[in-house]
Amino acid sequence: MHKLTMVVNGQQMTAEIEARTLLSGFLRDRLGLTGTHIGCDTSQCGACMVLVNGQAVKACSVLAADLDGVEVTTIEGMANPDGSLGHIQQAFQDCHGLQCGFCTPGMVMSTAALLAENPKPTEDEVRHSLEGNICRCTGYQNIVRAVMAASGQDQGTKATAHV
Amino acid sequence: MYDFNFLKPTSVADAVAALIDEDAQPLSGGQTLIPAMKARLNAPGTLVSLTGIPELVGVCCAGDTLVIGAATTHAQVARDAAGYFPGLAALAGQIGDPAVRNRGTIGGSLANNDPSACYPAAALGTGATIVTDRREIAADDFFQGMFTTALENGEIITSVRFPIPQASAYAKFVQPASRFALTAAFVARYASGVRVAITGASENGVFRWAEAEAALSSDFSAEAISGLSASAHEMIADLHGTAAYRAHLVGVMTRRAVTAAG
Ligand SMILES: Cc1cc2nc3c(=O)[nH]c(=O)nc-3n(C[C@H](O)[C@H](O)[C@H](O)COP(=O)(O)OP(=O)(O)OC[C@H]3O[C@@H](n4cnc5c(N)ncnc54)[C@H](O)[C@@H]3O)c2cc1C
Ligand code: FES
Ligand code: FES
Repeated sequence: MHKLTMVVNGQQMTAEIEARTLLSGFLRDRLGLTGTHIGCDTSQCGACMVLVNGQAVKACSVLAADLDGVEVTTIEGMANPDGSLGHIQQAFQDCHGLQCGFCTPGMVMSTAALLAENPKPTEDEVRHSLEGNICRCTGYQNIVRAVMAASGQDQGTKATAHV
Repeated sequence: MYDFNFLKPTSVADAVAALIDEDAQPLSGGQTLIPAMKARLNAPGTLVSLTGIPELVGVCCAGDTLVIGAATTHAQVARDAAGYFPGLAALAGQIGDPAVRNRGTIGGSLANNDPSACYPAAALGTGATIVTDRREIAADDFFQGMFTTALENGEIITSVRFPIPQASAYAKFVQPASRFALTAAFVARYASGVRVAITGASENGVFRWAEAEAALSSDFSAEAISGLSASAHEMIADLHGTAAYRAHLVGVMTRRAVTAAG
């Protein structure tokens, strides 16, 4: 067993884990943070995306034991303190950037990482930075619009997104 | 995934000592090894993490050589090598997706020697030196066929030394599902001549395209190789492309790389 200390969504925690525990399993099964989705479990889909020290990482592809001392942000950490949707989440809702919603937590976390580094990305940069996130429903157009809207650009698409 | 012992040493010496155990294996970014362990293609008894060893991380320019620590992530190379060796930085920035680049490392990529991986093309295409805990290996001797390298059991890559070319570029035809190279070419021009390395195409892994090197060394232009075609013999054939298609792409991607290098 390994002793693990981590700050998850601003809260310090300590746990004893098996070496083989993946970050995704630790978040979901031990901390009950089931917003981090497991889509493929083979590093392909990005549904499990979280931030580790601010960087986008696929939680199904890292050992929790290798992350002792880091800060993790999950989708549960993206809402405003009063529980309302954070601005990226709100943009996804406004622009109809989700259908079934399974990929959405990962999309939101990748968006958060992108906008922290590049607050006004071009549409090309948005598409490039979402290459690790697969969506089976939307066809990506409205996801890209949502990211543009979340970055304060392309506001005009809000109306056209609602049919 | 079967359970295992997990060690996270803070020095190369401690890592090498831990790897004397036959059943131990190094873990770097885990972007290849963890999926392989989940699929039970690999089940080491002990994993020795290389991510907590400061001496293995960093990009540093020493004269006309760029030295990159083995545990440096693709994302860091894309950022920190850009000012010294833009062709290499651009290659690193095209690997996988942002999350893969935030974890995956140059040492892991070279040690794995996937036949469709990007870094082997840069290492072979520059004549880089692979530095390990015990010796230095020329790229020409390091890659020994698909998923096979000159590394011994328990030997770890500590850094890679790239001679910085006068001009270089990597042209990658992306296989969009895996994001690896369907076929890609790395071209580097030096005062002493031109090197061309091809990845994604051959059943024997990364290779140098000698005919193109000779033609480009006397005339560094896409036209100089327009009449050359690579042989389809021993090219990879799968549902993404036939051997003949890959052989064709070898010429196309090499010409694109030459044009991009300028
Ligand atoms: C979705 C996805 C897309 C990808 N796309 C690309 C791509 O486009 N191009 C590309 O090139 N790669 C791609 N990769 C692979 C990625 O670059 C991996 O990060 C890389 O191949 C392995 O590096 P790692 O640090 O993750 O190594 P690990 O997975 O930790 O290790 C890989 C192997 O190398 C050994 N090893 C690790 N470090 C060392 C060392 N210093 N010395 C000796 N042995 C060592 C390990 O024991 C293991 O056998 C992709 C991966 C994924 C999941
Ligand atoms: S569940 Fe992690 S990438 Fe798909
Ligand atoms: S909204 Fe269904 S997978 Fe993206």
